[in-house]
Formats: sequence, structure tokens, C-alpha cells
Amino acid sequence: MTAYLVRRLLYAIPILIGVNLITFTLFFVVNTPDDMAHLHLGVKHVTPEAIVNWKRERGYDQPLVYNAGGEGIAKLTETILFNKSISLFAFRFGASDTGRDIGYDIRQRMWPSLAIALPTFLVGILVNITFAMLLAFFRATYIDVWGVVLCVIMMSISTLFYIIAGQYLIGKLWHLVPISGYDTGVDAIKFLVLPVLIGVVHGIGSGTRWYRTIFLEEINKDYVRTARAKGLSELRVLFRHVLQNALIPILTGAVVVIPSLFMGSLIMEAFFGIPGLGSYTINAINQQDFAVVRAMVFLGAVLYILGLIMTDIAYTLADPRVRFE
Amino acid sequence: MQQSLAMRTRLGVPLICAALMLLPAIVNASAWNNPYPRRDEGRNILYSAFAERPNHLDPARSYSTNESVFTGQIYEPPLQYHYLKRPYELVPLTAEEMPRATYYDAAGRRLPADADAAAIAHTVYEIRVRPGIRYQPHPALARDESGALRYARMSPEDLAEIFTLADFAATGTRELVAADYVHQIKRLAHPQLHSPILGVMRKYIVGLDALSATLEQALAQGAGDGFLDLERLDLAGARVVDRYRYRIEVNGKYPQMLYWLAMPFFAPVPPEADRFYAQPGMAARNLSLDWYPIGTGPYLLAVNNPNRQMVLARNPNFRGEPYPSAGQPEDAARGLLADAGRTMPFIDRAVYSLETEDIPYWNKFLQGYYDSSGVQSDSFDQAIRVSGGGDATLTDEMRAQGIRLLTAVATSVFYVGFNMLDAVVGGQAERARKLRHAIAIAVDYEEYISIFLNERGVPAQGPVPPGIFGHREGRLGINPYVYDWVDGGPRRKPIASAHRLLAEAGYPDGIDSRTGQPLSLYFDVTASGPDDKARLDWWRKQFRKLGIRLVVRNTLYNRFQEKMRKGTAQLFLWGWGADYPDPENFLFLLDGRNSKVGAGGVNAANYDDPEFNRLFDRMKHMDNGPARQQTIDAMIEIVQRDAPWLWGLHPKQFGLYHQWHSNTKPHQMANNTLKYQRVDADLRSRLRAQWNPPRLWPLWVGGLVLVGGLVPGAWSYWRKEHLAQP
Repeated sequence: MTAYLVRRLLYAIPILIGVNLITFTLFFVVNTPDDMAHLHLGVKHVTPEAIVNWKRERGYDQPLVYNAGGEGIAKLTETILFNKSISLFAFRFGASDTGRDIGYDIRQRMWPSLAIALPTFLVGILVNITFAMLLAFFRATYIDVWGVVLCVIMMSISTLFYIIAGQYLIGKLWHLVPISGYDTGVDAIKFLVLPVLIGVVHGIGSGTRWYRTIFLEEINKDYVRTARAKGLSELRVLFRHVLQNALIPILTGAVVVIPSLFMGSLIMEAFFGIPGLGSYTINAINQQDFAVVRAMVFLGAVLYILGLIMTDIAYTLADPRVRFE
Repeated sequence: MQQSLAMRTRLGVPLICAALMLLPAIVNASAWNNPYPRRDEGRNILYSAFAERPNHLDPARSYSTNESVFTGQIYEPPLQYHYLKRPYELVPLTAEEMPRATYYDAAGRRLPADADAAAIAHTVYEIRVRPGIRYQPHPALARDESGALRYARMSPEDLAEIFTLADFAATGTRELVAADYVHQIKRLAHPQLHSPILGVMRKYIVGLDALSATLEQALAQGAGDGFLDLERLDLAGARVVDRYRYRIEVNGKYPQMLYWLAMPFFAPVPPEADRFYAQPGMAARNLSLDWYPIGTGPYLLAVNNPNRQMVLARNPNFRGEPYPSAGQPEDAARGLLADAGRTMPFIDRAVYSLETEDIPYWNKFLQGYYDSSGVQSDSFDQAIRVSGGGDATLTDEMRAQGIRLLTAVATSVFYVGFNMLDAVVGGQAERARKLRHAIAIAVDYEEYISIFLNERGVPAQGPVPPGIFGHREGRLGINPYVYDWVDGGPRRKPIASAHRLLAEAGYPDGIDSRTGQPLSLYFDVTASGPDDKARLDWWRKQFRKLGIRLVVRNTLYNRFQEKMRKGTAQLFLWGWGADYPDPENFLFLLDGRNSKVGAGGVNAANYDDPEFNRLFDRMKHMDNGPARQQTIDAMIEIVQRDAPWLWGLHPKQFGLYHQWHSNTKPHQMANNTLKYQRVDADLRSRLRAQWNPPRLWPLWVGGLVLVGGLVPGAWSYWRKEHLAQP
């Protein structure tokens, strides 16, 4: 297992280098440091000296990839590529273009993201599996047919609609929870109810269909027929046997997203005023703070790879037949 | 055991029933949807929001409106704008009196007040600061028993448990002195602060340019590990006279300097604060003046979490300031003088929550959780009714909630510029001038304002907006090249006039008579949203009226800026908001020596007319009066004739205020307006409770649906399980 994990981690390096090179090209070649300086300093009373200063202060005055004026290793290290991209591998995110420490901001903002994403994820899985089980139980009946139709309808509706409708009905018309906002500690609960509810409802359509497909595939296998032949009740068959054997595909979909939960939801956080990493990224994009965007893209890639490795580990736990080979 | 259970059941059921019956009453006491802590209910707090997090709170850097909401209440420059009087009038804030200018010639001889501007080599403003003004409590000013600054030399161990400014155990204060103002003026030259006004001020403040160069050099040589001690450096244009007096010396005559003295750029910063924040480890904790300001104003920044909430709290060291006792004639009737002479500020705290989307903001305003709101396009029809005459009034729904509407024309202009360096639309040739006039007539800004702005705008007749000296209303104020005065109002010239001008320009029906090809013009924009498509279609339609093909070149903002710098755009959208209420701040947008191409200035159209430039030089030194108005009239006549811009529009700002929010008057220049405002917190609490009773029936219905769904499910399961048995 250790050898496998080491191998997977080594595989991750070229992937991260690729991600880094793409973001570097986008952020420094397509959009030059001069452009960034102009954007951050505004259009009023900006002087060429101010632009030079701005770039120098952030290390954007160095050559992009090769410093001909440097000596020895400095030819490579005293470049924007090395200082802004390679340093990400050491998780040194540096300062944002507005001067804030990115690492500090990430540590602060991942908790609100988790506060929404984790309950949405857990409750979502529970609800989706329950509904999928119900549909599988009533397979080929009108409940199953109309359940699937409902799922397709729910899948077809945009997230934005759920958010606006949820805020309108539950927050504005019924006055049950605040429309938006955030607080810390126990006070956070009243702000989380609505986004979590909307997140769960929004995921029911696709989640239920996905799990239903898995359960139906399992339900026709020989061991299920054997279990029924033994006289087990349908509920016992479903929850005791089918669910256990369907865990591998469920894990595939579920574990891979766990690390990404830290990254938050872009739209949800923006609409509900949640100060998480999703809104951090959106703000950075809007303000063209590429230091933050670069850090978040890199972090997203790392967490995704981590999710894939965790999925592999989870396979072995769910099914002893799977081995790291 | 069974008896006990039965008893518990007998007692429990009625208790649960009673609790359920009482639930609505209990929750009514404090609405469920109240986003604020219950302990704040009924407190003297103003609730507002910010859509974009402030990036800079350092007075040398901060320049945008989302930052001045905070900096304006914390920092105190020597002057401020009178809150109620119009036109805008400067009055002392921390200064004892309005500073008077003293003029000197090149030989250093004092000149009379009415001296010719050309003879004036230097102007000196002496400012006397009121004694007894104290800074807010701040750790940078904390002192130990020996009187030394307590946090001036912190080790990494000392900072180990420090993450925010609130983590410092002690705070201190001291009296504001003239040297603090001088220190801040020096800070404008600091190369690491990137003050946006350094480019302007280095031309005027004597020695600022040299100081900037010295600091640049010192920084390049790695002096002081990045900390530059400004106290050791002299600035000829800003010197301390005594404890409470300082002098600012500017090159030539620059009366607009007084307006700058009403901006946070010229607010005091104690040198101790710079030393405090420059200590190693502070920046890594995001502890900087840019994040934790220190001021003498009525409020201090109590919570600085731009990710969620910014809170201003009353500065306990604030001296108090009387509410103005004079204003416009209508102010008394509007209740704006009811607090005349009373000590400000009136509000204890101001809570600003992050609200990036318009819809939640609007809905929370209607629920009473924000005290005021702008009017967005999405909610316009719900809030505002526009009469046939274009007058805006509130809808019945808004009136029923006791909401007030206040409008004001912004001191800004949004225009379409012609690049005067362009071979087709630019230049002073009659052909190009007629082409520009034809387009100016064809582009129907009245229609644009009606369709896209819900009448929230005024078509511009020239570069100077209403509310700024030099702007003329009525017949004298119209642009005679585009409008006729008909029935007591301006009326856009008929499109036939535009066709005639176009033909005279050599483009009959939009065909270039020299080439026989249809005329195509290129319009550079940075459109990004879905709404922009309709706007761009509208623009194409305006040009199509003349047979001209408008090619829209949608570019990224950075590319657009580059085109403007290089002068490769043909037509472009641009805007300008006033820094100060002086016509110079708008007319310099057309000063030839201020062109974007070549000079890197703000004259984006690269317009250059010698006569206009000459008049501009004269006008900028004049005091407001008939002679200045005459000069401005002449300048506007020149640019109306040359038409380097489609004059565009001045936006109209609509503000909605709840009935408990008083002393509100829109002010386009002042940013320290929080201290004047009042809220009636009791009334707000009552109305919030009345407007937000929780509707519990959806919960009951939801429960019933769930149970209703379970019963047939369970029955189906039972049937399936049992009927399937052989």
C-alpha cells in the first residue's frame, strides 16, 4: 500500500506542474504584469512610476522564465515562474495583489466553506441514498416512474433558481431564516439552514438517479436472488446486502469530493454572503487578483488529486478483493 | 414504571401542545429571520452593507467609494464639506478656521490676494489645528509606566499570540498635533504606498517630487529594512510651524488645493503608527495601517472582517461636533435642522455586512434589516413609479412601509469619446466635425436613459455636471449643435439634420463619397454581462439611423486600457466622477496637455484646442463668479462646437430610506456623513417584528406531506411483502 501511495503521489507531481504551467501562461503571458498594475492602481492619476513600483514590490518586474542577468542558479530562480509558481509546491502562497497574506486568508475562510459543504454533503448522501432505495424498492411501479421524472425535472433546474426561490419562499415570504449572512459559533446555524437545504434539494435529482442506477444493477445479481430465496424481507435485502455491495461506486462519487469541500461553492457563497473560499475565489476573479486565483487553482488541483487517492484507499476498505496493485 | 410512563405521557402531551401553540408568540418576540444577534435588538445601530470588500484603509492609498464609507468616518482631514448647504461649501473640520492663501512671487516677495496668477510662484496655506483633539484608543499609542511606547519593539515571541489588533492588551491615545498632518503629506511620496494622488500632488506640493525620488533611492538601497523614517526627511512644501500650526506650500496658484484638504489623503497619521506596523511579523499577520486605521474621527473600526462584516463603533475619545444649524431653505421643512446644534455623532455603531448580490440586499431592506438601499434595475418597478413627465415617485407598497425616496444627480459624466487622433472621426477638419455632430444628434440619449436606466439619468449638454459651478440650466445651458429649445425645454434636433450634416461631411446616407463604400466605425467596449447585448444592439441601431455600420469591438478591460493608452480606439465608452466640486476637475478632461496619448493623462479623447487650453489655464485660477462663468461658457462653446465627446449622461442616484432613518441628505462630495445620521431603534424593532412574523404553516404542511407520503409507502410495502407470498 505504501509503495502504491508513493507512486500515486509521484504521479501527482507532473499533473501539478502541468496545472501550474497552464495557470502561469494564462496569468502572466496572456495577462501581463503591466495589465495587472493598471487594473489595481485604477485609471485616475496613474503614473508610469507607480506602475513600475507596483510591479517591483510584488516581484513582477523580474523576467518571466529566464533571467539572463542572473548568475548561476539565479538565472532560473530570480524569475516570476520560480517565485510565483514553483513556490506554490511548498504551499507558500505569498501575498495577494492587495497585500494580504493568502495563506492566512485561506485558513480563515475554509471553515465557513466547510460549515456549508460538509452538512450538505452528508445530509445529501443520506437523502439521496434513501430516495434511491425507495425507487429501487418500488422499481417498475408508478412511484419509480414518477420519481425518475421528478429527478429529471429537478436536475434540469438551475442552481440559481433554487437559491432565488429558496430565499424568496423561506426567507422572504415565510420569514423562517435570514435571507443571507453569516455568523460564527452556534449563531451560524440559522444562516446555514437555508443554503444547506437548497444544496441538498438541488442535489436530489442527480444523486438519486445515480444511486438508483447503482442499486438496480446490484439488485439483479445472483446473490440478491439467493438472499430473497432464503426468505429475507425486501428491506433487509436492500439495506443489508445491496447497499453494502453498492458501496464501491458510491465511494467513487463521494470520497473524491471530500477534499474539495474545503474549496466551497462559488454561487452559493456569493448569494448567501458566506465568507468562504468560494466567494474568496469569485472576488479574486472579479478584482483580477491573480495571486489569489493562482493559489486557489493550485489548491483545487492538489485537493482533487488527494480525493482520488482517498478514493483508492476507500476501495480497499469497502471491498477486500480490491488490492493496491 | 408503566405508571410513571403514563404520567409522563399525560403531562407531556399537553405541554408539547401548549409549547406548539405558544411557539408563534415566542418567535414573534424576535423574528426568526433576523440576521443580527438578539442582543443588538433595540440598540442605536445603523445597518448597511458593502458589495465589494475594501482593499485599502490607509489614507494615503484609499481612493474608492467602497473604502471611503469607512475611512471617511475614521480619519479627519482639516476641512470638510457642509452637510446641508448647496452648492457644496468647504468648512473647517479639525482646522480652527478656513486656511487663507498667501501668494509669493519667484523672489519670495509677498503678493496681494488679487495678484495675477502668472506672477504667483508659490502659494502658502497655513492651517491651525484645534487643540484638544485626541486619537482613538490604539495599541500603537499605548505607553508603559516609564512613558515609552509599549509596543514599539516587539519580538517574534511577543507577537506569537497576536492575530488581530484586538489581541493587544493595552491601548493608548494622544493629542493630535500639526506634525501628524505633515507626516501624512510625506507619506504620499512613499514608494511602497502607491498613493494614487502622488502623480497630481508632486506637481503642486513643493519638494514632494524630490522627496519621492529620495525615498525611491533609499528603498532601492535597502535602507531601514523596508521602513523609511519619514520624520528624518524634510519636505519644503509641508512644514510644522508650531504644535498646532503647519504650512503647505504649492507651486503657482492652485485654489483647488483646498478641496484636496477635505479628503482623507490629507488626514493625520501619527508616526508612531507607521513604526508600530513596520515591525517584523506585523505584515505576515495582516496587521497594517491599510487594514487597521487610526484616526481622530467620530468612529473607529471595531470589527474588520471584510469577508463578512465591518463594524464602526463610536470613538470614545471623539470630542463631539455640533450638527449644522443652517442649510437650504427646504431643509427645515424636511426636518433636517431638527438636530441643529446638538452634539454628533448620534449613532453608536454602524454594522456593514457583506452583500454581494442585489436580490438578498433588496429583500433584507424590505424586511427592515437594512436601513437604506439604492434602487437596482431588478427592483425598480417594485419601488418606483415614473410619471409621464419623467418624475419618479414611490409605489404604494413602498409608501405603505413608510419608505422615503431621495434623489440626486451625480457629479459624474458617462460619455462616448471620439479619438481625436483617428483619421476618420478625429481631427479639427470640418468633415470630421460634421460627422461627429451628425452622430451626436442620432444617438438618442433620452431613449437610452428611458430604456436602460429607468429614467435615472440626465442627458449631458457638456462636460460639467449639475451641482458644479459652471453648469448652466435652461436655454443657456443646452448644446445648440444637438438640441433646440422648444416649448420651454430642450428637444433633440430631428434626424434629418443629422442626415444633412452627414451628407455635408461627405457620407451621404452613410456612404463614403470618396470610396463609395459604406462607412464603418469601430466602438471599443468592455461589455461582459448578458444585459450588455441589448445595450450594444441599441448602439448599433443608433448608428444605423444614419446608415453607418457600427462594429463593436468587445475587449477585455486590460486590452481596452492598452488601446486607450496607445490611442488605437476609435469610439469608446468612458466616465469620470468628480474628485472635488470644481469645474477644473471636469474641464481638464479636455485639456490638450493632459492627453492620454503622449502625456498619459486623463484626456482620453486626446482633444487639443489651443484656445480651449488657454482659457483653461485662466479659468483654473479664478474664483467662482461671473468672470469665471463667462470663461467656462466660452470653453464649453468651443468643445460643443468640436464635439470630441457624445456628451452622454449624468446618472441620477435614487436612495430609499426607512422611516426610522433620519437626517439623510444625499451628498456627492462628503464621505463623512455617518455622524449626521440618526436611527429610531425602537421604531425599527417594532416594525421589524410586525413585518417578519414567522409563517409556520409551511412547516406543518411539509410535515403532513412527509407523513402523507410515508403512509401509502408503508402500505405499499406491506402489500408487496405480504401479497407476494405464495
